[in-house]
Amino acid sequence: MAATIAEAAVADPAGTGPDGTPASGRRRLRFLRGRKTVVGLGILAFFVVIAVVGPWIAPYDPDTMGDQLLQPPSGAHWFGTTQTGQDVLSQILVGTRGVLVVGFVAGILATLLSVLIGVSAGFLGGTADELLSLLSNVFLVIPGLPLIIIIASFVSDTGDLLIAAVIALTSWAWGARVLRAQTLSLRRRDYVEAARATGESTWRIIFFEVLPNLTAVIASGFVSTVIFAILSEITLAFIGVADISDWNWGTVLFWAQSNQALAQGAWWWFVPAGLCIALLGMSLALINFGIDEFVNPRLRTETGASGKVRMRVGFTPVVHASEPRASGPTASEPRASLARPPLAPGTHDKEPRP
Amino acid sequence: MKYLLQRLAFYLVTAWAAITINFLIPRMMPGDPVQALLSRFQGQLDTGAIDSLKALFGLDQHRSLWQQYTDYWAHLLDGDLGLSFTFFPTPVGEVIAQSLPWTLALVGITTLISFLLGTGIGVLTGWRRGSWMDGLLPVTTFISAIPYFWLGLIAIALFAVKWPVFPAAGGYDGSLVPAFDWPFISSALYHGALPGLTIVLSAVAGWILGMRNMMVTVSSEDYVMVAQAKGLSERRVMFGYAARNAILPNISGFALSLGFIVGGTLLVEMVFSYPGIGYQLFQAVGAKDYPLMQGVFLIITLSVLAANLLADILYMALDPRTRREA
Repeated sequence: MAATIAEAAVADPAGTGPDGTPASGRRRLRFLRGRKTVVGLGILAFFVVIAVVGPWIAPYDPDTMGDQLLQPPSGAHWFGTTQTGQDVLSQILVGTRGVLVVGFVAGILATLLSVLIGVSAGFLGGTADELLSLLSNVFLVIPGLPLIIIIASFVSDTGDLLIAAVIALTSWAWGARVLRAQTLSLRRRDYVEAARATGESTWRIIFFEVLPNLTAVIASGFVSTVIFAILSEITLAFIGVADISDWNWGTVLFWAQSNQALAQGAWWWFVPAGLCIALLGMSLALINFGIDEFVNPRLRTETGASGKVRMRVGFTPVVHASEPRASGPTASEPRASLARPPLAPGTHDKEPRP
Repeated sequence: MKYLLQRLAFYLVTAWAAITINFLIPRMMPGDPVQALLSRFQGQLDTGAIDSLKALFGLDQHRSLWQQYTDYWAHLLDGDLGLSFTFFPTPVGEVIAQSLPWTLALVGITTLISFLLGTGIGVLTGWRRGSWMDGLLPVTTFISAIPYFWLGLIAIALFAVKWPVFPAAGGYDGSLVPAFDWPFISSALYHGALPGLTIVLSAVAGWILGMRNMMVTVSSEDYVMVAQAKGLSERRVMFGYAARNAILPNISGFALSLGFIVGGTLLVEMVFSYPGIGYQLFQAVGAKDYPLMQGVFLIITLSVLAANLLADILYMALDPRTRREA
């Protein structure tokens, strides 16, 4: 899924503002006016608030065992209790912090790595580009999850930050690849040539001419990496590689699985955690669609917040008016595809070479 | 040919990188978990096994890193991956050889089904935008946000516990002896149905979205309009002109997402206790069985590389542009 989003983002060469002007205030506002972005940011904000205050508002101590064993949801225990009488709601509330911390730390680290490697490869060209591209392609092909599992299980002290670092180390490659392609298309633009002609140093060109125009791609890559990191971290906790004494949603699922919650029909033990994961993942995906629409005018709907699309009939791509529904703001997501050119990620040789 | 050679060289470099990473991981980590295992199994190991474990995990402090590296390669090329501690004293190679066919069958069949299903649905939804089928898209987006293993848990809760139509665990009926006869194969298919269904459900979403997006892009191309203007039947335009060109990026996109799919399959196997390589990895992680873990990682990586090479060859057969330089 992460790949699709990143692809959609890179698909738009014009999106990074060929004129090189930073986004004006009006455009920023428009970014916030998109329905998908607002819904996505709203859900994300909700989880961030829970991550901050979760341990305080949790009605019970998630570790304390009670005498109500394996009870379905009730007034006293909204999400029911576990086999040892622990409160599932409290476990989820307390666990939100770990999920978000790992997701965002890994996202930041991986984004830094991908900017460093991707932009240098695209801008420097030549042998440096060949080597850095090779490096990122190698990391792209090696299956990430097994590698994360191996590294994490060799480390004795698997705290949140360490897990985040391991995830970052294995998930930067896609972003680097996308950024390299974008940088390649930017470095021959007139304004970069002009900056070079006026004698600006390479680093100044990279930081002040190229990077600002990559903001949207970087942001989109960051959000995708956060989604991937959250899923990986929950997976690690679920299979028992990460430290199971720290609560996160994966730990809840780990205990549910190892205590045979399924066979006992205790659906309340594993359903809330999974729905939280899906909800958080969806909110991040929505933000990414919002970023895509922001950078690519063709994806934007003129009526903005109302979300309605006028359609044209013919052979040309037609967007069906997707009525915004409470359940599915994603309905209009495939619009992002309209501007996506035939992108062949498998054939590295077709990318423009300097 | 040049294209193929380039790809081949790239996969060789990647394989070398993966093996080297595998070599470095245990040597860079603090502490010596394998040494602890060795002392636990003291007396049960013969000297050959101890030697190979020492070479694989770098326990021999007297040898330089380079010597360790050549030792490591020598053992690998011998097919020696050390002894598994979970299935003591079975060699890791044997454990993997037993479980690999299960995973290959599961991944192969589910990938084929989800490719055909997803591409078919994607072609139709991409061609008939605005029909009721657009309603599928938000559903697929939601499903692709759900982790594979959680979908597996739900599948077990519904179809193995609430309505016990499928078995919740295992790869075949325990009373049967694995053989190529009908009772065993039907039992294997019956046990594989639920894990397979889970993987197809998760994987098909990506195919549908990717294929639909490509169809939308391609159907605005001039050659599609020309084909339509020539009065060709809609079927012919849809499959012969639009879908044919839209499918290429979908194939190369698949090659890149293969690692992701394999990771998901491993998790589904863990949830269903399916006797494949993912479940072995799960048991190895639980038992801190480092030789088995590393062997599994190596085999998974090499298989993914092989599959990528296959996808490249397929791509080359389908896309004449890659053959032009030859």
